[in-house]
Amino acid sequence: MTDLPASKVDLKAVISTPARADHSEGMSYLQSVPRRIVTLYLPLAIIVFILLFPFYWMALTSVKPDDQLLDLERYNPFWTWNPTFKHFHKLLFESYYPHWLWNTMYVAVCATVLSIFASVLAAYAIVRLRYKGANLVGGLIFLAYLVPPSILFIPLATVVFQYGLFDSPLALILTYPTILIPFSTWLLMGYFKTIPFELEECALIDGASRWQILIKIVLPLAIPGLISAFIFCFTLCWNEFIYALTFLQSTSNKTVPVAIVNEFVDGDIYRWGSLMAGALAGSLPLVILYAFFVEHYVSAMTGAVKE
Amino acid sequence: MREVNAWTQLKHNRNWLGFWFMLPAMAFLIFFLAYPLGLGIWLSFTDTRIGRVGQFIGTENYEWLWDDAIFWLSVTNTLLYTFVASAFKFGIGLYLALLLNEHMPFKAMLRAMVLIPFIVPTVLSALAFWWIFDSQFSIISWSLKHLGLISQNINFLGDTTWARICVIFANVWRGVPFVAITLLAGLQTVSPSLYEAATLDGASRWQMFRHITYPLLTPIIAVVMTFSVLFTFTDFQLIWAMTRGGPVNATHLMATLSYQRAIIAGQLGEGAAISSAMIPFLLAAIMVSWFGLQRRKWQQGESND
Repeated sequence: MTDLPASKVDLKAVISTPARADHSEGMSYLQSVPRRIVTLYLPLAIIVFILLFPFYWMALTSVKPDDQLLDLERYNPFWTWNPTFKHFHKLLFESYYPHWLWNTMYVAVCATVLSIFASVLAAYAIVRLRYKGANLVGGLIFLAYLVPPSILFIPLATVVFQYGLFDSPLALILTYPTILIPFSTWLLMGYFKTIPFELEECALIDGASRWQILIKIVLPLAIPGLISAFIFCFTLCWNEFIYALTFLQSTSNKTVPVAIVNEFVDGDIYRWGSLMAGALAGSLPLVILYAFFVEHYVSAMTGAVKE
Repeated sequence: MREVNAWTQLKHNRNWLGFWFMLPAMAFLIFFLAYPLGLGIWLSFTDTRIGRVGQFIGTENYEWLWDDAIFWLSVTNTLLYTFVASAFKFGIGLYLALLLNEHMPFKAMLRAMVLIPFIVPTVLSALAFWWIFDSQFSIISWSLKHLGLISQNINFLGDTTWARICVIFANVWRGVPFVAITLLAGLQTVSPSLYEAATLDGASRWQMFRHITYPLLTPIIAVVMTFSVLFTFTDFQLIWAMTRGGPVNATHLMATLSYQRAIIAGQLGEGAAISSAMIPFLLAAIMVSWFGLQRRKWQQGESND
């Protein structure tokens, strides 16, 4: 049991590295402080600044009063002394925004749950049942991961239309799993491989069925993997754009990314405040989720690449 | 002996059981991935339009595209976008990974912050860039003017060269965290004792990077960069949110052009031909990925399980 998460340890260490047991930082004393400032802190500060500046700008714009947004001479654009929640108010009470948020959430949760269910079964079968041709199927699923949505959306649009799913959230719930299943199957295969085979043998001898083994032994041990797969799939759904753009038409059915691009972008010169408020409000749920599960995100990202 | 018996009994129905377990995933992938993939190639040989079933017209769509200057411009744009953005993502990503691998205060927090651009939906951050690159109220133009470097606002998204630079910048901005964090995971598997030994031997920092870090990192670099190239090549949302292919088609990628022709103009057949034309490029990238993975297994002495 102790060697169970061994292969995942390094992944988690990526984000949270409390005092590391190996003496990897032991050599940093060889560098002088000024040298470290120039070679390490300065470049790092510049890169982090560039990476985070758009979010600062987004947040600042969304609370600036309109006149300050467009008058760059009288007010310093980098700060505002009289923030307003006018743009958020407009977003929440004068637009479909709450609707769009709900649509996005609904589609993302449904598609994620469906995909995780399908992937758990598939990953378990590939790794542990090892039916005839399991390796081949594993390889094909990896290839499916590499098929991008932007070459599928045209034929999928005709399929969606034929089945009468056009302009319905169901179209997205059924098509998103094609992006999510390959990824999460691959990720879960990695987790299932680390679970000792002996546990399952014991259960088999005790007369457990494969289904019972999966539910009662494998899944509880793979919970970190399930969380990783879940939140990563959720993020991918939230981020998905081209299918939602193609398959949905009516304003109230849209998801946040599509709605903001299509409904908020009009000729109004004062649109920037509400546009940025919309972008911020659409990003916050994911950032909050991320803040709680940083380690799982990283292991999902690196796990899928490493397997 | 009982164990063996249990096993032999299970082997009988293992294939069937495997079939049932695979069914949900396979149903999704066959109906919504494999079938549309084939259908897309078929559509590219027809003159299907929205609301009309198409006739088989052979390679006419492709012949039409062959003489279409905008199509070739989009191919060039896509290749330029992919290569320049991937090169920068790799360079900056690797550099950032090396920096983050150092020991310093607030390390965990810094690493968590770096990944935020990757978490936020692309379209929403692209809108922020759209605002940052606005022709009149751009904060960059404002800052440069106040520093006395320029006298006129830069028309970021209205000028063909600037527009290309801007979309590539936004793409690099979003891709760097992914590359950096995955490479960082790779870096942490490199044993520190190797560096200690190299230091004792008098190796410089560059030599350590060149002869220890880089070779050990090559397999993961191959995989990460294939993913990165693949997703950059087929990018759609960033362009659509920032420029919609403009100005004068200077930032049209193959994906955005196929959307414009197929969905907006209604020429499904022609759009399908453009997206099918992406497949050979993707196959080339997948081959690279395949050999990258093979090499990794070989390096680690893993058996092919």
